[in-house]
Amino acid sequence: MDRAGARVNRPPAWLVAALAAVPTTALALFYLWPLGTLFTETLGADAVADTLRRATTREVLWFTFWQAVASTGATLVVGLIPAWLVARYEFRGRGSLLGAVTAVFVLPTVVVGGAVLAVLPASIERSTCAIIVAHVLFNIAVVVRLVGALWERLPTDLSAAAATLGAGPLDTMRHVTLPLLRPALLATASAVFVLTFTSFGVIRVVGAPGTRTIEVEVWRRATQLGDIPGASALTIVQLLVLGLVLAATGLLQRRWTTSLDLAPTHRRRPRTRRERSLVTAIGLTTAAVVIVPIAAMVIASFSSPTGWTTAGWTDLDGGEIRPGLRVGIDPVAAVTASLRFAAWATLFAVLIGGLASLAITAAQRAGRLLDIGLTLPIATSAVTIGLGLLITFDTPPVDWRAEWWLVPVGQALVAVPFVVRAIVPSLRAIDPQLRAAASTLGAAPSRAWREVVLPMAWRPLLAAAGLAGAISLGEFGATSMLSRSGNETLPIAIERLLGRTGATLQAQGYALASILALVTGLLMIIAERGTGRTGER
Amino acid sequence: MSTRAHSMHADDVVVRFADTNVLDRVTLRIDAGVIVALVGPSGSGKSTLLRVIAGIIAADGGRIAIDDVDVTELPTHRRGVGMVFQDNQLFPHRSVVDNAAFALQMRGIPKRERRTIAAEWLERVGLAGFGDRRVQGLSGGEAKRVALARTLAAEPKVVLLDEPLTGLDRDLHDRLAGDLAQLLRDTSTTALLVTHDHNEAAVIADRTVALADLQATRSSGEAR
Repeated sequence: MDRAGARVNRPPAWLVAALAAVPTTALALFYLWPLGTLFTETLGADAVADTLRRATTREVLWFTFWQAVASTGATLVVGLIPAWLVARYEFRGRGSLLGAVTAVFVLPTVVVGGAVLAVLPASIERSTCAIIVAHVLFNIAVVVRLVGALWERLPTDLSAAAATLGAGPLDTMRHVTLPLLRPALLATASAVFVLTFTSFGVIRVVGAPGTRTIEVEVWRRATQLGDIPGASALTIVQLLVLGLVLAATGLLQRRWTTSLDLAPTHRRRPRTRRERSLVTAIGLTTAAVVIVPIAAMVIASFSSPTGWTTAGWTDLDGGEIRPGLRVGIDPVAAVTASLRFAAWATLFAVLIGGLASLAITAAQRAGRLLDIGLTLPIATSAVTIGLGLLITFDTPPVDWRAEWWLVPVGQALVAVPFVVRAIVPSLRAIDPQLRAAASTLGAAPSRAWREVVLPMAWRPLLAAAGLAGAISLGEFGATSMLSRSGNETLPIAIERLLGRTGATLQAQGYALASILALVTGLLMIIAERGTGRTGER
Repeated sequence: MSTRAHSMHADDVVVRFADTNVLDRVTLRIDAGVIVALVGPSGSGKSTLLRVIAGIIAADGGRIAIDDVDVTELPTHRRGVGMVFQDNQLFPHRSVVDNAAFALQMRGIPKRERRTIAAEWLERVGLAGFGDRRVQGLSGGEAKRVALARTLAAEPKVVLLDEPLTGLDRDLHDRLAGDLAQLLRDTSTTALLVTHDHNEAAVIADRTVALADLQATRSSGEAR
């Protein structure tokens, strides 16, 4: 963008440097350094070899791998049906359906886990099957969004051409549509694989006791067994596997990309009666699949073996099992701790991500580096980020493990990439002509930037704050690694409560999950509003 | 190659889009082996009629028959109607020969055999040796020839051509028009050609009809 803009009219270098200073420092201190520590911690010792030699490690690796493959396959199969529906048809409630599917994706992992627990029959409630169900529910949105975006622009006449050549609907799907969707299918598969391979919250909530993915094993070794070298070695193994998968998809992606003339989006209303009933059936089924588990979770918060009860919502006295005996989880304290941490994390994330976004857009090309740097934490699992912080800041002068701000910093690191992604497009959408206009009216480049860009940055910043708040509130991986007892956040309390036996504790867990779902939903609506309006010029 | 030519009847076809009748009781009958050109201003519903005959669009009324057999309720892939689309709609993930062999593949003909047959068709449309090329690199005229070979290789009972030569430069247009007429005659194919170019219609078709004359409200509906 702005290619026509004269170099002399760009914001000056000192401004860019000033904006970039804080984010760059934060990135180096809290992400790159810990990551480096993880590597040095493991490379020197024989930890990697030792860890890999262990039979349990191989079991964990194998389980992590196959559950991710199974979850990815199931998600694609289930998700393609609604993807086709929203890509090809215009119908009443289409927007709401898309919204509901997407809403599940932005819910915290422990909430989705809780919803699946609530809806599944007790016999498969804690099993690998339940894990896969939760992963599918969670990731349907990825298929619908990524595959749907390409699908709705595939010319319908290609299918018509196949039909005139004698291809029935299934043949057309197999020989024309799916091959053409391959780039999107691959991108979706790799995204879902990465998300499920690094699954943590879902496994902790719905997995049977002892079910361990690499993430869970890292957490267990680091926090339960005190085996830091073993935990670090596993994070490195995980990073390597993910790196390989992403590299392989990158290569395949390049090979499979067929340039095709995409049609403008063409959705139509169903015309025949058969089409109408098909659209209705798929639409209602999809809505049920995403809504029923959430509803079941809310219902479960009012349930007890003897009937309806509000105990889950009212017995907030610290989880008394018997008079005098507590489980050590105080729901009210968890809510306040969560809000406090999330508020700080949001502040950090918006400060770092906001300044970075301003720098990235002001610096044009040099901003790319910062952009990439701040996107890296996405590729690193939250547990890895937490572990890195944990082992880096444990010796003076940087013994910060007991500092109150370490948890929000960890949460902010997880949120920053999303904050940047939310703000940068909005800033880029600000017409460069406006700054040019300010310049012709006598404003120096830095002044023009201040008068034009800054005032328009408020709304995307607000949107990003909503997003960061939602992510921090539901953040489970990094928080699990960093939080100390007495400072449990909502997701941690939910995981503990749902893991206990006892009807009131379970109901309490579901009540907290419902609260978390509600607050997250509200924050996401704020985020949506903000980005939605600035998107248009 | 089809040994017998087929007739096509479209009777009283009605298509409504949002309360306006795009086609209002259109009747068109084509005898076996005859090439008819359908002319009319753009947006008059010519392409819509083709799509109804092919079964890509469901009509709101009327019936389509091939060889006096009612196919109105048959899905497109079972009608035996071939179509050359205005923008070709070649499959971008398949090579030239695999595009031409698509219909044969759908019929379950083994790979080697169908490629041989498809290569013969490519030769007939003047694209010998083009088989391994990607369709993206083809010129407008070449792509049109592939689309034609792909349709004819299916040996359809009726071939529908939707503005097949629109957008090609004059020289190429004339050459292709001649080749097209020749090919359709050689294969004694029953064909319906939609165009807005009367000269083109005269070169390729046995007779030319105007869409407006086929509407029940305008005339008897018989255009002979």
